[in-house]
This record gives sequence, C-alpha cells and structure tokens, in this order.
Amino acid sequence: MKRLNARGHTAFDYVNVLLMLGVIFVMLYPIYYMAIVSISNGTSVARGEVGFLPVKITWKAYEIIFSDAPIVTAYKNTIVYTALGVFINLLMTSLCAYPLSRKEFYGKTFFSLFVVFTMFFDGGMIPRFLVVNGLGMLDTLWAIVIPTAINVFYMMMMRTFFQAIPEALHESAFIDGANDWTVFRKIVIPLSAPLLATMTLFYAVSHWNSYFPALIYLNDNALYPIQIILRNIVIQGDVASQSTETNGVMGTLVVDQNIKYAVVIIAILPILLLYPFLQKYFVKGAMVGSLKG
Amino acid sequence: MLNVGDDPTTQAEAGGENVLRRRLVRSKYLYMMFFLPFMYFLVFHYVPMFGNVIAFQNYNVVTGFIKSPFVGVAHFKEFLADPYFWKLLRNTLLLNVYGAIFSFPAPIVLALLLNELRLQLFKRFVQSVAYLPHFLSTVVVSGMIVNYLAYDGVVNRIIEQLGGEQIQFMNDPSWFRTIYIVSDIWQQVGWGTIIYLAALTGIDPQLYEAARMDGAGRFKQIRHVALPGIVPVITILFLLNIGNFLTVGYEKILLLYNGSTYETADVIQTFVYRRGLLGSDLSFASAVGMFQSVIAFILVVGANRLTKRLGGTALW
Repeated sequence: MKRLNARGHTAFDYVNVLLMLGVIFVMLYPIYYMAIVSISNGTSVARGEVGFLPVKITWKAYEIIFSDAPIVTAYKNTIVYTALGVFINLLMTSLCAYPLSRKEFYGKTFFSLFVVFTMFFDGGMIPRFLVVNGLGMLDTLWAIVIPTAINVFYMMMMRTFFQAIPEALHESAFIDGANDWTVFRKIVIPLSAPLLATMTLFYAVSHWNSYFPALIYLNDNALYPIQIILRNIVIQGDVASQSTETNGVMGTLVVDQNIKYAVVIIAILPILLLYPFLQKYFVKGAMVGSLKG
Repeated sequence: MLNVGDDPTTQAEAGGENVLRRRLVRSKYLYMMFFLPFMYFLVFHYVPMFGNVIAFQNYNVVTGFIKSPFVGVAHFKEFLADPYFWKLLRNTLLLNVYGAIFSFPAPIVLALLLNELRLQLFKRFVQSVAYLPHFLSTVVVSGMIVNYLAYDGVVNRIIEQLGGEQIQFMNDPSWFRTIYIVSDIWQQVGWGTIIYLAALTGIDPQLYEAARMDGAGRFKQIRHVALPGIVPVITILFLLNIGNFLTVGYEKILLLYNGSTYETADVIQTFVYRRGLLGSDLSFASAVGMFQSVIAFILVVGANRLTKRLGGTALW
C-alpha cells in the first residue's frame, strides 16, 4: 500500500503493462512484417531496408499472384472445399448429436461409446489412406470433405447443447403427432442457430487451414487447395526448390520475398477479416468445450 | 438407466421381447438419423482400425487384404530391434518433455499477468492480439519460421548487424527443438490462457481482500491467492498433456524438417508418412503406426482415469 503513487498504481502495474506491450509486439510484428514486405519494392526488401514501414509501395506482387493460374485455381478450390466441407460437417454432426442427446434412443450408451472411442484410438494414417483409396476417393474433392465429416469434440458440444433444450418442447410436439425427425428439423435446429453459427466458424477455419489431407490424398495440381500452393511457394520454394512447373510463380527458382508474403496475406485475409467474429465465438466454444466436455 | 415408456401399465403387462420391440419402434426416426454418422465412423475409423491387420502381413496393393501373406509380428520385431526406431521414440518424447517444461507453463504465466491488468479495455485488447496466431494455419506459421530463419532471413540479418555470425537454423539439428517449441509457444500461448482466465475469475475477491489486509503485495497475492486458485485446472490440464505424450504436431514438423535435421526432428508419425506413403512400405509403416496408437491409447485412458479420480472433470 505504501508504494502506491497518486493514481494508485504500483511499480508492478507499470512493469506488467510494459510486458504486455512486449507481448503485443511479439504477436503482431511477424504478421505485420509480411504485410509490409508484400507491398514493398523487391530490391529494397532484398537489401533489408524494410523494417517498420513499407518501402516504395507497389502492388506488383499481388498483380503477379492474381494473374497466376495455379494460385487462383487453388484459392477457388479452398473456397469450394470449405463451403461443401462445412455443409457436410454441420449435417453429419447434428445428425449424430441429436439421437445421442435423446434419452429414449435405445442403445444410446453403446453408440456413444462407439463414437467417443474413435477420439482415443486412432485407426492410423496408412489404413485410413487405404480406405480412402479403396473407395475411389483419391484425387477427388470427396477425399477432402468426407473423412473429416465429424469432429467428435464438436459433436459432444452439440449434444450437450441439444440436451439443454427443454423437454417440454419435445413432449408437446410429440403429443401433436410429430416424430423425432420433425422435432429435429422444426424445433431443435432453429433453436440451435447460435450454436450452428459457432460450429460453422470452427469447421470453416479448420477446412481453410488444413493441408495434410490434401497432401496425402491429392496428386492432381488442379485440385490443390491454397495451403498446398502456399507450402510449395513459401516453404519449398526456399528450402528445396522442388517445384517442377516451368512458368508462373512456381517456375522461378528463387521466389521473391514479397511474392511469398503476398500469397500468405491473401491466404490469411479471410481469417483476419472475420477475426472479430471468430474470436468471440471461438472463445465461447473453448469455454464450453473445456468446462463441460 | 433405460427409459421407461410413457404408459406404465402397458409397459408392465408387456413381455420382455415386446418391450424391446416397442423401444426400437419408438426410436425408429432416431436410428434413421443416426445411420449416416454410424456409417461414417464405421468406414473412416473402425475399418482403418481393423485394417491394421496389414501390419501383420506383407501387404501388397495388388493382392489386397485377403491374399497378402501373413508374417505375424515380424514387422514389430524388426522396428523394435532397429536403433532408428528408438531415436524416433526419443525425439517424440523429448518434444513433449520440452513442451511440458516450456510450452505448458507459458499460458499460466500470461494468464496470471493478464489477470493483474487493471484497465479492462487494455486487457481485452491484449487477449485479442494474443489469440490471433492460433487461427493461422500450420503452413503459414511454418512459412514464417522457414523464411525468417533462412540463411538470408531477417533473423540472420539482425545477428549480422549485431556483429554475430549467421546461423543455419533450419539445417542444424541442434536448433530444431528450440524452433519447434518457441513457435509453438508463439502460436498457442494466448489461446491457452482462456481456460486459466476463466478459472481466475472464479476466485473469491474476498481472498484477495484478506491477503491485502495481511500486507501481501501483488506478487504475494499472485503466489498465495491466484495460483492456488487455479491449481486444480493446472493439474487436470497437465495430466491430459501427459496423456498426449506420444502425439506431436507432425503436420508442422513435416513442413519444418529436412534430411539434415532428421536426427532431432524425425518423429514416429513423420516416419510413418515417409516410409508408408512416400516409400510405399505400407505394412511396416502400419506396424509402427499401430504401435503408436496402442501406447497413445493406454496413456490417454490412464490420464483420464487419473483426472476423474482427482477432480471428476474428465474428458468424457
């Protein structure tokens, strides 16, 4: 108490605020740096003149990548995978969660165990690959959207939410002659709009950001999502120069820094634009998930 | 507890078989709805689980599951006798040990400091900023690492300006673990604070009041009030962390490692990927993968049992 100054702040507060300003800098600068390099003049970047502000602003990098066919195709692919993927996710997750939320679902305990067990025992990368191959899904968009149709953790969040819907609503509907399917469509789903919004964001971010399924299930360049292109340009373009294309961005042996970062920026742009929503819903989801489970 | 039908009298009169049928009929629509999800889990989770049978075969894509010759536990014997397998296991475990030492406490410290901020607006701003990296993809984060740490990258340029010598970060095996852990902290520390901050808001303000009355300064309040208040949450999360000790972010490692860093960077899953999907040695890779799944399963279930016994808040 003695150390309090006029405004009631101690040395601790000042140090703490300084530390937090440091945290802000460390979190934001690496992202900000990519943004300023992407709009700076290439030679200035190479000379190391770009530090805190863009130098000789130019949009050339963006012009190049937007006229690069593989990048544009990949961007469109990612949009398709995300949209279709989220639709399948929501459909399958709610179809799974609703029966498991109903007390009268005969065999509920067994089926819950059946589903939850898959969270703990992984079938393995190789056998799953063989299944996807056996179903003829390799090199199709189905390999991207079907094998990840249900996230068990999200399914359990949804089940918990469904269980909290007052039983009286179900009962009165049943008395009026409705069956479970009608109740699900006409009562449960409309009441779950906020939850479905949260789930949409959860699943959309994971589709948008995923690269591994595409890496193992897709060989056809025309089907690549943006994350694979990003990997080829940003990571391999530097480490190994493994790209085999002879023209376009990937044809040049060493890709300019500003082009690399411009691709990163367009890949994270939707996430940055949606960030205020994302953050709000995700934090809520993280709380539900961790406290309830 | 099985649910009893809505009409107790008919329920009592009906025979056992009849009750079962009535229940099945009542759940008719639920079964129809559950059909697709059931098939999904069956095909994409259970079939692969049983598909692990190829770990005991010399599987060949042409002859298939049925006709490929069985070789018993030969593949298991082979990798258990291979020193490289033990290196993979060591790398996998070490990344987790360093994670438990450095990545695990980081969000606790950040949460305790955030909790001490007086200006709520500023606190919320720091939180928002700190959550951001969590939403970036593995490829983006790895891309940043690879480019910033490249031989002609930003970090080396700074080192040079300070009079130091350039470092081959990405090609030096002794740097790999540091890079993996530091980038992991950067990406997840903010996100990790959420659950601790929730627990911190649950602490009775009177406890702080009492501590202040007894002359405790801010550090002592943190040590004797805030920290003990979140110890149960820390314990549970730590156990769950131990349960995942055989799991590493292999998707990130695949993007960060290269031939010259395998010595420290190669882990079980990256090996399975290389040997199985790039090298087409499906049976051997499945055996290694199955070994991992089984041990991981035992660890996770064990950790869950323990958490349940301690606090009652288990994962399921």
